[in-house]
Amino acid sequence: MIDEIFRAEWGRVVASLVGFCRDVDVAEEAAQEAFALASQRWARDGLPDEPRAWLVTVGRNKAIDRLRRERRHAEKVQLLPPPAETPMPATAIPDERLELIFLCCHPALAPEARVALTLRALGGLDTAEIARAFLVSEETMKRRLTRARTKIKAAGVPFAVPGEDLLPARLGTVLAVLYLIFNQGYGDQRVDLAAEAIDLGRMLVRLLPGEPEASGLLALMLLHDARRDARTRDGELVLLADQDRSRWNAAQIAEGRALVRGTDGPYAVQAAIAALQTEDPIDWAAVADLYARLGELTGSAVVELNRAVAVAETSGPGAALAVVDAVAPDLDGYRYLHSTRAELLRRLGDPAAARTAYRRALDLTTTDPERRFLERRLAEL
Amino acid sequence: MRYALLINERPGATDSHDEHERAAVTAEYMAFHDDPRVTGGERLQPAETATTVRVAGEEVLLTDGPFADTKEIFGGFFLVDAPDLDSALELAGRVPALRFGGSVEVRPLVEYGR
Repeated sequence: MIDEIFRAEWGRVVASLVGFCRDVDVAEEAAQEAFALASQRWARDGLPDEPRAWLVTVGRNKAIDRLRRERRHAEKVQLLPPPAETPMPATAIPDERLELIFLCCHPALAPEARVALTLRALGGLDTAEIARAFLVSEETMKRRLTRARTKIKAAGVPFAVPGEDLLPARLGTVLAVLYLIFNQGYGDQRVDLAAEAIDLGRMLVRLLPGEPEASGLLALMLLHDARRDARTRDGELVLLADQDRSRWNAAQIAEGRALVRGTDGPYAVQAAIAALQTEDPIDWAAVADLYARLGELTGSAVVELNRAVAVAETSGPGAALAVVDAVAPDLDGYRYLHSTRAELLRRLGDPAAARTAYRRALDLTTTDPERRFLERRLAEL
Repeated sequence: MRYALLINERPGATDSHDEHERAAVTAEYMAFHDDPRVTGGERLQPAETATTVRVAGEEVLLTDGPFADTKEIFGGFFLVDAPDLDSALELAGRVPALRFGGSVEVRPLVEYGR
């Protein structure tokens, strides 16, 4: 029970404390102390009526304590109210997580720092967990976070929701951070970063309900993650067509599908594609059209490669190979170019060329399940 | 908060400008200076006019030219007082040198005695 409250309240409490003292470092430390005190007190005395208000009040008092200890903040401290004896009413605590996420994902911060700050301040992960997930030493991650917090303070990075003119670009930065966290989730199983990214996505959609790209990203993450268990069997890769659909997470698919609307931005389009791929049979012509739309929006050669896979289903491997070969010069170092070509050449009845392409894909592949998958395909030729 | 907008320019980027264009850019800089957030600023003479001073032991060494030979040369600065970094960045994004291949570095100033 206490753990659940911690998970649910951490981001809101930190956001509220940053809003109070305008210092991420002080706010995180104060929140940490408030939660530590709560876990002792609440286990002994039971939950307070308003856990969030309790945490924010105690956190504020801890922040005031620390700012008073640090003389150089003397001027700021004079502006702070005296420590509160009793918890403030819960209604006096606005939700400032949106301000906090725009602060953490500010483009003036290094991209890897945005990710780390977001996971720490809003996700409540500790430095060691974030370091593990991003395969760097704890020391390196600590330095990265410290440097970013110092810059936020020294350079005056705003704790605010950007105005209308800046919002589209800034929201794009936030969404990129969430998607990066989500994708990293597939690298390390010890920390469930995919779940973390989905939680942050849900928060963002609740706070910015009118933003189709935020909904699109959340839908995309939900629909991909829903198939996670079905994507491997005994440690081996399973392609979409061969996946056991009973192992898909039906609740997540329903939640994701309900968020899909429009094709105005890249995340919305990718979500629409992911939704189509949960249907049986899959409408490959519609998938190919959406990839064409995504290509228009992004100009990406990888998108063309994906479109080729859909084209193969509607117009046959020959038409698909033409699409692939058109982008081949741009993607020569990309393993999926070669594995896709190999697959199409096999279906066109050209085993020699398919073999060459599979070998090229094998040379470029970095994970064991992929290597074994390609070796099986090669052996079947 | 106080910031310096440090303007780095590509040497020669505006050499092809005629008198009219030159006057237009100067007018733009004047207008920039009129923004209430701008508290000061100076334009430097070209890098060829610089003399760099160093000390080796007891000896003062003089070199003709700027501190570093780089593609972009520090050409001037504005001092601004803006509510936050976004406001300073918005101003920085309007420095005319950006249109001629230059860049603007935004640096907060050290506030003493606070």
